[in-house]
Amino acid sequence: MQTLTSAAGEEGGAVSVPARTMTIKQAINETLFEEMRRDPTIVILGCDVGIRGNPFGVTKGLYEEFGAERVLDTPISEAAIIGSSLGAAATGLRPIAEILFSDWITIGMDQLVNQVAKIRYMFGGTISVPLVIRAPVGAGGGQAAQHSQSFESWFSHVPGLQVVMPATPYDVKGLLRTAIRSDDPVLFFEHKRGYEIKGEVPDGEYAIPFGVADVARAGTDVTVVVVSIMRHKALAAANELSALGVECEVIDPRTIYPFDYGTVLKSVAKTHRLVVVHESNRRSGIGGEIVSQVVERAFDQLVAPPAIVAGLDVPMPYNRTLEALVIPNEARIRGAVLKVMAR
Amino acid sequence: MSRRVTMEETCTAVETFRRDTLTPLEAPPDLSVEEQLEIYRKMRLIREFDGSVKGLWKQNLIYGLAHSYICAEAIGVGACAALKPGDLITSTHRGHGHTIAKGGDPKRMMAELMGKAAGYCGGKGGSMHIAAVDMGMLGATGIVGSAMPIAVGAALTAKTLHQDNVTVCFHGDGATNQGVWHESINLAAAWHLPVIFLCENNQWAISLPYDQAVNNPEVADRAKGYGIPGVSVDGFNPFAVYTAVRDAAERARRGEGPTLIEAKFYRYVGHFVADDERYRDTACNVLWEQFDPLTRMATYLVESGIASEAWITEAGEAAEAIVAEAIEFAKAAPEPEPETLYTDMYSPGFMKAQGIEL
Repeated sequence: MQTLTSAAGEEGGAVSVPARTMTIKQAINETLFEEMRRDPTIVILGCDVGIRGNPFGVTKGLYEEFGAERVLDTPISEAAIIGSSLGAAATGLRPIAEILFSDWITIGMDQLVNQVAKIRYMFGGTISVPLVIRAPVGAGGGQAAQHSQSFESWFSHVPGLQVVMPATPYDVKGLLRTAIRSDDPVLFFEHKRGYEIKGEVPDGEYAIPFGVADVARAGTDVTVVVVSIMRHKALAAANELSALGVECEVIDPRTIYPFDYGTVLKSVAKTHRLVVVHESNRRSGIGGEIVSQVVERAFDQLVAPPAIVAGLDVPMPYNRTLEALVIPNEARIRGAVLKVMAR
Repeated sequence: MSRRVTMEETCTAVETFRRDTLTPLEAPPDLSVEEQLEIYRKMRLIREFDGSVKGLWKQNLIYGLAHSYICAEAIGVGACAALKPGDLITSTHRGHGHTIAKGGDPKRMMAELMGKAAGYCGGKGGSMHIAAVDMGMLGATGIVGSAMPIAVGAALTAKTLHQDNVTVCFHGDGATNQGVWHESINLAAAWHLPVIFLCENNQWAISLPYDQAVNNPEVADRAKGYGIPGVSVDGFNPFAVYTAVRDAAERARRGEGPTLIEAKFYRYVGHFVADDERYRDTACNVLWEQFDPLTRMATYLVESGIASEAWITEAGEAAEAIVAEAIEFAKAAPEPEPETLYTDMYSPGFMKAQGIEL
């Protein structure tokens, strides 16, 4: 198995093995097939994962190949899905739990925050928790307040958890493989508006290590750090800004924890300006943490105050006009970059 | 372990339902003829309202997700017919039927589904989150089982303030496997609260059949564990539901505590507007449609001489007209102003003090 890192993927075209175009949905599905064929201790648990093949078709075909004993349709019992996955992970299985909408992880919060995250540490390293929790995040499409949230800030705040939020088929495949093979719990967040995003994926197995950012676009003027599918909006904004003579360096950390500050700091040392873009709302969000780390470590490098483009601090409204006001768009990203450039 | 339901199993289940659960429509003596006709009108209105949603969703007039109450009309309407004006209900993600049954305005409902300012929630809630507090409808929720303790709290208010209202907590069979379901019923039982837990058992938690989600599919059996009455009724029969809720409400008003009612029926339509039902053989649905509550109720009204065929037709046309009017109203209604984005996030005083505005 080769280990590919950083910009060796879709942007650089440096991958020498034959590549195929696929969607994020297909990339997840294919990785699940490959890993389950390789390791008989991998099981999938969740609502609608089996016969229905998940609402987005992500687990399609797994039930047919691996059977009901390895692809388990559960009752609607999030606390039990997460907690029993923990128990199984601690005793010899490698469960991949799926929560239908990430908002509903909250129903299993005790198991996740007080148990899953802490078991290894509390018990003096005597128990490993090789557990992946996959869940769709994000807004857009009128799913309103209880079906639109992204909790990467909450979970990256909890010591003991890893948080992964890829936005391209290439990254999804490499990072999901790493997640499944990790001996520590991983929250693997898939944006529900991202399942149909297409990209090139090389043939053969590869893994992308956690904590290695991808420079999605090289630039000299502003460092733009993106979370999840904001990558694509930021790239679109960067192309427009290029016409105005502003070159953005777009950095996708891909994993929220561990986080690759090295790549971000290296970029800021070049551009001296920072903009962070995430969809989840701003207050106490991951953007604040990224900015604080950069300010603390590289204050002298900055020539302008950093900017955060984030979701507005409001529950997601149903109405499409109001919803569109809440979610960051290219115009807001462009505005923030120009503001930072004005200094 | 889950497995695909076969046609043979469906046939057996249908016959078991016919033998053990199905009860003839027979109005209890305390329901007047006019009340019986009103039950049909409301059931028909729900059928027409939810029957229109998929088309409107396909036209992109309704955004997001929408879950239909079709097949369950007898439950919401039968239950609400047994309630008094001050009584409360909590709802599920299938809340349209509950709202209509409790007396909600189809215009404001449809406006909410279209995200308009005139909607029950100003366009911020949508299909899954209609609340009509003036009607005693405390709100629909997108999280399975989440209304259970909310209903318990509403009943706690009634008990604490010596009010004589009761709360009906509608929930699905899916909710019965959430931890909060058990916690809520236990709490209500321990405190003898005036709440009725009404499980709408449509036999499917999206793709998982109820008898594959549990080892004992008899929801009412669970009541014994909490020391409260458990009743199982024909969920395709509004009178059966009415009688069970009426008795439970009387018990609750006497201070004797909660009741668990299971209304058994079957969801022979998709889980939501975009459900392709690939997890089951839709030919099985047809076997269940023979119990369609609208058809049964219409047949009962005609055969018992309460209504004529012409009246049934007119009631259908009246329901269609109400829904058509609601759709026109909603289409013409204005969008919410962008300035309303932050409205209602906190109480007005807080918002002003914090200087929160768009």
